[in-house]
Amino acid sequence: MSISGFVQEKDKREGWNRPPVMESDGEADLLEVAMGPHHPSTHGVFRMDVALDGERVIRLKPVFGYLHRNHEKLGEGMSYLGSMPFTDRLDYMCPLTNNWAYALAVEKLTGQEVPERAEYLRVILGELTRVVNHASAIGFLIQEMGASGTPLMYAFKQREKILDLFEAITGARMMVNFMRFGGCRVDATPAWLAAVRKVLDGLPQFADEFENLLCGSEIVMARAQGVGILRPELAVNAGVTGPMLRASGVNYDIRKVDGYSIYNRFKFRVPLGDHGDVYDRFMIRLLEMRESFGIIDQALKGIPAGPIMDPKAKLRGFRPKPGEAYGRIEGPKGELGFYLISDGGPNPYRYRIRPPSLINLTVLEDMCLGSNVADVVLIFGSVDIVLGEVDR
Amino acid sequence: MGLKTVEEIKAAIEAAVPGAGVEIVPNPSVSAQHSLRLKPETAVAVATFLRGDAELAFDFLSNATGVDWLDKEVAEKVKVMRWVNREVDGVKELVEETVEETQKRIVPGYLEAVYHLFSITKGHGPVVIRMRTANRTDQMQLPSLTPVWRSAEFQEREIFDLFGIVFTGHPDLRRILMWDEFKDHPMRRDYVEPDDFEYEPTAHDEVLKRALEHAARVAAQTGAGQEGAGA
Repeated sequence: MSISGFVQEKDKREGWNRPPVMESDGEADLLEVAMGPHHPSTHGVFRMDVALDGERVIRLKPVFGYLHRNHEKLGEGMSYLGSMPFTDRLDYMCPLTNNWAYALAVEKLTGQEVPERAEYLRVILGELTRVVNHASAIGFLIQEMGASGTPLMYAFKQREKILDLFEAITGARMMVNFMRFGGCRVDATPAWLAAVRKVLDGLPQFADEFENLLCGSEIVMARAQGVGILRPELAVNAGVTGPMLRASGVNYDIRKVDGYSIYNRFKFRVPLGDHGDVYDRFMIRLLEMRESFGIIDQALKGIPAGPIMDPKAKLRGFRPKPGEAYGRIEGPKGELGFYLISDGGPNPYRYRIRPPSLINLTVLEDMCLGSNVADVVLIFGSVDIVLGEVDR
Repeated sequence: MGLKTVEEIKAAIEAAVPGAGVEIVPNPSVSAQHSLRLKPETAVAVATFLRGDAELAFDFLSNATGVDWLDKEVAEKVKVMRWVNREVDGVKELVEETVEETQKRIVPGYLEAVYHLFSITKGHGPVVIRMRTANRTDQMQLPSLTPVWRSAEFQEREIFDLFGIVFTGHPDLRRILMWDEFKDHPMRRDYVEPDDFEYEPTAHDEVLKRALEHAARVAAQTGAGQEGAGA
């Protein structure tokens, strides 16, 4: 029985950037399996239609849309600021970077300046978000290898500490609605900054612990090394961004390339992978987490006193001049961009989100072909997606 | 960063692809991200050049999206010659005179595909390229750029799904977010939500309005049905 008929109707597969045609050895019938909606370690409501020759994956088609609520249409129906709380719900693991990307795009559209202190706050919160995301991603990886619960809870223990910091400054653990066009909503108290320092001091030890888990475990190495290899040329052509791209050895970090906000003031390195396999993707995340500790440390030392909102920023009757702008940041999952077209009205004429999670999935089939079913779950997890952002 | 201006890129394209017919679309906002409008016939050749050229090297297609531009009514002042009754030296005469008159004209709408390009090897960007369909009703074909940049694969599927642009040459053009049986294109500006209203216990504002409309429609239908049954 065919699930979606995709095995019969083959799409056009010529061209170097298309997935190769896999032939079965002809000894047995192909088995079609709908993996999902749900399970593949429950990153969300997502389905992969897989054609199997025994254990080997012959074809794979991702199916999206279970969480689709047409976020972009909603954004066009309300004021610019009205969409800000909704961006929290895109990638709900890292709401602050979503806020940041949207604020950055609108600031590009209107030429709005951001005060120093607000930029530092954004960097601190953005990098804390990156730590949360990467720690959880590694926790999920080990969960997908079968160690259910415990390693993930190590990551969630740290995540909870950071979410407490978010709650202290924004009032919410996840649905933060924190950034504004031209600054931030709430100022940080000295006590809050001291609390960040305290959490930060505990993080390197946690990273060491996790690194031991990754580097010391034979099971992790056997399962992750050499699995789901992504070639750098294909990664670039397929628009893969973030840790996935850098694990394939391509040096592209938007914090370095664009130097948006105040990132050119901080010293940090961009870790790169050699093999582009699942193992590299997680080592990159671990190393990036360590660089983030350094950035937070520098930002805490350098944060100046001053306002957190540009006093000239227009809050009521906000109507940007006609025109368009594309603003992007290096989100924890990849390039998160917002494309806005203004027609001079109070609502954006077009409000588009460039979701890194969705575009990173373009190469899912290429990475999975020829591998075992059990590895598909692992490879899928190594893309690190959140369905709130994939389906929008 | 050493990125050329759009004028320079336009010149480079026209030197490499004869008859490319690139047009600069200025962006009045402070972001100053001006775009290049490509003719659909030469778009794939131009895209291949943009990716392959050693100096431009736009190897990374970041964002692809659609925009719906509705039919616009434009009012413009036109000078018209007209015969007017006029008293000249106490004698009524018919005089030819030029009169200014506002005429309304409908500019047909179109669908637009917008692509944001960056270069990973050179570190520059963005360059915005866009293509327009002939209209938004029956001629909505545009060439797919997926063979050039694979990252357009899902994004063009999304544009097809939500806006209705048909990308010729796309390897696997299906709906992506909506289900296959779905008919309309929800991101169109004139999209009307279907009347599939479900029971809402605490309807208010717009939901209440929709609930009442739905109830009225159901009453009208079933009322007509009952009359037929009673007779």
